[in-house]
Amino acid sequence: MIPWDTMLEVLTLQQYNTRLVVLSTALLGLASGILGGFLLMRKRSLLGDSLSHATLPGIALAFMLMVLMGGTGKFLPGLLMGAMLTGLAGVGLVLLIRNTTRIKDDAAMGIVLSVFFGAGIVLLGIAQDMPGAGAAGLEQFIYGRTASMVLSDFFVIAGVTIASALATCFLFKEFSILCFDEDFARAQGWPVHRLDMIMLALVAAVTVTGLQAVGLILIIAFLITPAAAARFWTDQLKYMLWIASCLGAISGWFGSSISALLPGWPAGAVIVLTATFIFLFSMIFGSARGVLPRYLQHIRLKKRTNPGKRASTCKFPGGFSVFAKHADVVQKHTRSTNSPGTTGRSH
Amino acid sequence: MHIEEPTRPTPDHAPSCPLAIDDLTVAYRRKPVLWDVDIDIPEGKLVGIVGPNGAGKSTLIKACLGLVPQTSGRILIYGKPYAQQRKYVGYVPQRESVDWDFPVSALDVVTMGLYGGIGWFKPVRSKHTEQAMHALEQVGIPDLAHRQISQLSGGQQQRVFLARALAQQARLYFMDEPFAAVDAATERAIVNLLHELKDQGKTCLVFHPDLSTVRDYFDWLILLNMRVVAAGPTSDIYTMENLQRTYGGRLLLLDEAAHALGGAPR
Repeated sequence: MIPWDTMLEVLTLQQYNTRLVVLSTALLGLASGILGGFLLMRKRSLLGDSLSHATLPGIALAFMLMVLMGGTGKFLPGLLMGAMLTGLAGVGLVLLIRNTTRIKDDAAMGIVLSVFFGAGIVLLGIAQDMPGAGAAGLEQFIYGRTASMVLSDFFVIAGVTIASALATCFLFKEFSILCFDEDFARAQGWPVHRLDMIMLALVAAVTVTGLQAVGLILIIAFLITPAAAARFWTDQLKYMLWIASCLGAISGWFGSSISALLPGWPAGAVIVLTATFIFLFSMIFGSARGVLPRYLQHIRLKKRTNPGKRASTCKFPGGFSVFAKHADVVQKHTRSTNSPGTTGRSH
Repeated sequence: MHIEEPTRPTPDHAPSCPLAIDDLTVAYRRKPVLWDVDIDIPEGKLVGIVGPNGAGKSTLIKACLGLVPQTSGRILIYGKPYAQQRKYVGYVPQRESVDWDFPVSALDVVTMGLYGGIGWFKPVRSKHTEQAMHALEQVGIPDLAHRQISQLSGGQQQRVFLARALAQQARLYFMDEPFAAVDAATERAIVNLLHELKDQGKTCLVFHPDLSTVRDYFDWLILLNMRVVAAGPTSDIYTMENLQRTYGGRLLLLDEAAHALGGAPR
């Protein structure tokens, strides 16, 4: 059991280190909630995953380059620059494969994701064998290690968050038409490719700055989960983005606090688990499309339209599709068992 | 399949011509979809575009809107390329082309028709919302303005798309299968709307696969099967011979055509 005073100390951000990590991850959650919302609506979730995996070779290459140039190789802005470059190269390759061959999106992303990650692992191995350079610790980017965060990281994350928030304020209209109806946006004369590039550049910025906190494998969950959870609470894109950024910030805050309280619990994983818990809660209780409210709505509708009848025999005009399908199956089943010579399984 | 030389209207590129297409060829991956299309649409007409599946109807509209690259040819809208004339053109895409689960209301979608006019970085103001609301009134569903779009029926979704194009306040409208899978009430509403637009002197190009209603709905026709088989006033163009040339050896469709044609002149 954790002593109360320790818990209080962490939760009230008394320690400098905790304060830094908790505020950084909360801010990161804010930014990733907003951009994850757009990524989800643009149906580009997996592209974000390819991007984050493609950052690894960039980190290794940047390290080697800096060592060869006589530096320590551990200069963080240099490493992140390398990560950004290969991350965007990975996205570019996905788009290139999709546009020039008949290979579909998902296959292109699968190829790029694994090839870049594999290359990154190999390059990391080579970097560790380089004479006179301590590459130990580079693998922290794979799973994230909040303990290594410093004040400058906080400022970088804050900058990225402000940039994402500003871009969303000014380009909300443009991003939403792009996500909803790309062809219509293009017909109206919006530069669809350039808007996509702006969106992806912001996602790349969030991914790269989030590498230290949650690591490149888990960052996609940090991007997508809060946005997917927010969708259960509202039918309005604007509110969805607000809710997603709040849920992202809460996940970051609580995840890193819990990790600070429990030694041995890595922050990245705990943050993602917190986000997942919020997602599950939203999926069940979400006011707009959660499972429970919809089920209750369906029950109410059934009572109103067909009092005193069983679910399997009533026909309802809308409601929750899973139950609609279920009712349909039940109907079929009863029909087939009533007719002689057939079994219910034959359908 | 043998396609005879199409009957071409004489080219006339007066700036009053809403849509003039010259020698348009479009190819996907070197496979031509549209060949040598030459059309001049007169102003203020309801133009139906008819042809079998894969005749390039959707490709033609996308080429006109610059959504697919054209291999050769020239498309002029009121005498100038589309890029300069966007504000005169309204577009109703196929209903299946978007995800109706998207978290926006009917009014939001209609407002998107105004985004081009609002311009970069500027927010939507209340006067834009009023314009969008007016467009929803024109298609008869102002009461559904704040519904999330997945809660609308197919016909209502189609009306939302029409309202979005109306909000654009264009002079030339492209509509890709607006009658596909809609209820009878919506079909009537769309037909009434088309006539209203025509009365205001606007031109509508409608891609319409249902031969049985073509003659009632449109006063100008383009029969398309990769090439323009025939184009002109419905009364001149809608003949058995032309339909046969458009639909080729597709017997089932021909039967349908013959049925639809009834006592039309041969």
